[in-house]
Amino acid sequence: MIRVEWLYWLVGAVFLAMAAQMATDRSNPKRFGSAAFWGLLGASFCYGTWVVQKTAPAAPLGLAVLAMICLAGLGFTGRGTPATTTPAQRAASAAKLGNRLFVPALTVPLVALLCATLLKDVHLGRRPLFQTGDETLLGLGIGAIVALAVGLLLTRERNPGVALHAGRGLLESMGWALLLPQLLAVLGSIFQTAGVGTQVGKLTVHLLPHGDRFAAVLLYCVGMAVFTVIMGNAFAAFPVMTAAIGWPVLIGQLHGHPPVVLAVGMLAGFCGTLVTPMAANFNLVPAALLELKDQYGPIKAQAPTAGALLVCNIAIMSIFAF
Amino acid sequence: MIVLLGVLIVVAGFAARRNPVLIVGVSGVFTALLAGLGPLKVLDAFGAAFASSRSVTLFAITLPVIGLLERHGLQEQARALMGRLAGLSTGRLLAIYLVIRQLGAATGLTALGGPAQAVRPMIAPMAEAATERRHGPLTGRARERLRSFAASADTVGLFFGEDCFLAVGSILLITGFVNATYHTHLEPAQLALWAIPSAVCATLVHGARLLRLDRTLARESAGAATEPTLEGAK
Repeated sequence: MIRVEWLYWLVGAVFLAMAAQMATDRSNPKRFGSAAFWGLLGASFCYGTWVVQKTAPAAPLGLAVLAMICLAGLGFTGRGTPATTTPAQRAASAAKLGNRLFVPALTVPLVALLCATLLKDVHLGRRPLFQTGDETLLGLGIGAIVALAVGLLLTRERNPGVALHAGRGLLESMGWALLLPQLLAVLGSIFQTAGVGTQVGKLTVHLLPHGDRFAAVLLYCVGMAVFTVIMGNAFAAFPVMTAAIGWPVLIGQLHGHPPVVLAVGMLAGFCGTLVTPMAANFNLVPAALLELKDQYGPIKAQAPTAGALLVCNIAIMSIFAF
Repeated sequence: MIVLLGVLIVVAGFAARRNPVLIVGVSGVFTALLAGLGPLKVLDAFGAAFASSRSVTLFAITLPVIGLLERHGLQEQARALMGRLAGLSTGRLLAIYLVIRQLGAATGLTALGGPAQAVRPMIAPMAEAATERRHGPLTGRARERLRSFAASADTVGLFFGEDCFLAVGSILLITGFVNATYHTHLEPAQLALWAIPSAVCATLVHGARLLRLDRTLARESAGAATEPTLEGAK
């Protein structure tokens, strides 16, 4: 059986290899800080396996996470100047390889689809080929490996280290923003442990006119959006707002249909994600990748859509949940 | 009530434009301490939560192949291809990409697009080429707007497509949280079904805005043609 943890080890190994490259990259003024950050991340991906299985203590990993937060948060990471091809070389290569260049890029989703549908039910002996429930993630990993092999063949590149080097360039250009969504998921889980949701609930019950259905829907949807803007992640806002109002008021008191309330509530949160710089991976990373001067460009493009969709979600919940 | 200070730290940190990574760290440690967790328990909470959220960062595995292809001219080829695909305006191209991205995400293919995998190497260069073909060279401002909308087509498509797929993180988060906390039994499929009305609204609203982009770009390039020194003068 192919286990999802093997994929995490592979990602961990890639981060570790890139960290080793960074440590020797003299063009990066902060090479040791960068190497320490990505090296810790790589080690955490591997060590996490035993934390999930509860066969290793979680505290050392927590310490590593705090160390990564300090390295990235206090400006100890930087980027080097990766050695790459010249524009003329790329144009010549594009002319030679043509549309075949798209084949490896399209291989990733194609293999992922294959794994998530056809190979999902394949069994070796009596055990499933892929770990149950993680077929899509495994498909993504296998797709990336197959695509790399196809890409190396296509470009007649004999040294896989070239791909690793090129990938490191992309990694460095994203920087710590690459890790932010995962850190936000961690924050949401800590808020949940600390009982933040229960406290917000006590506050909102005081604010809400008793039995007013529309006010409750409005409060839940707008609350999800606003909390998501603050936290940068609907995943972090959802447990807080659902414990505060979604479950006790909308479902408990007003007998709303749970699937509608919860699914639309989450989507109301996504409207918030569209307009917050805290959701760096969706809003600031694209701006950085596209080399925009205005890092809030994507947010400005998305804001009117987000507002309209929040209204839509409030309407959908009001009409279909009761 | 005192644990709400953790939320305040996030708000204040963001308002003061501190590094988001640092804000998350400080707020997490403070909230856990305020909730009465000892220092070792705080580390435990961070470690356990980090280990179980690794899937969020898994997409980094695709970076080497994308980097390799970019080295060999993927972006240049995307431009060349778009140059040959006559008739498709920028707005139509982006609207088509929005729908493809939504359908892909709705069938669980969240890896089908993405800013690193598709927008930077393919969609943005294609959109730029389409505009240049119609309206001539792009001004700096038009290029910024174009790239921003290319990124937005990807993000809106992903957000309002993926929840129609039942094995996606947000659906699993909803069922996991609610079933464990309130001892009920919700099926992921029921939730995915009720994500469809919002997905349809997203297609209509953002699709219409992307189609309108053509007119905005035409107006901007016309404005730039009458004031050719604007870019140089500032």
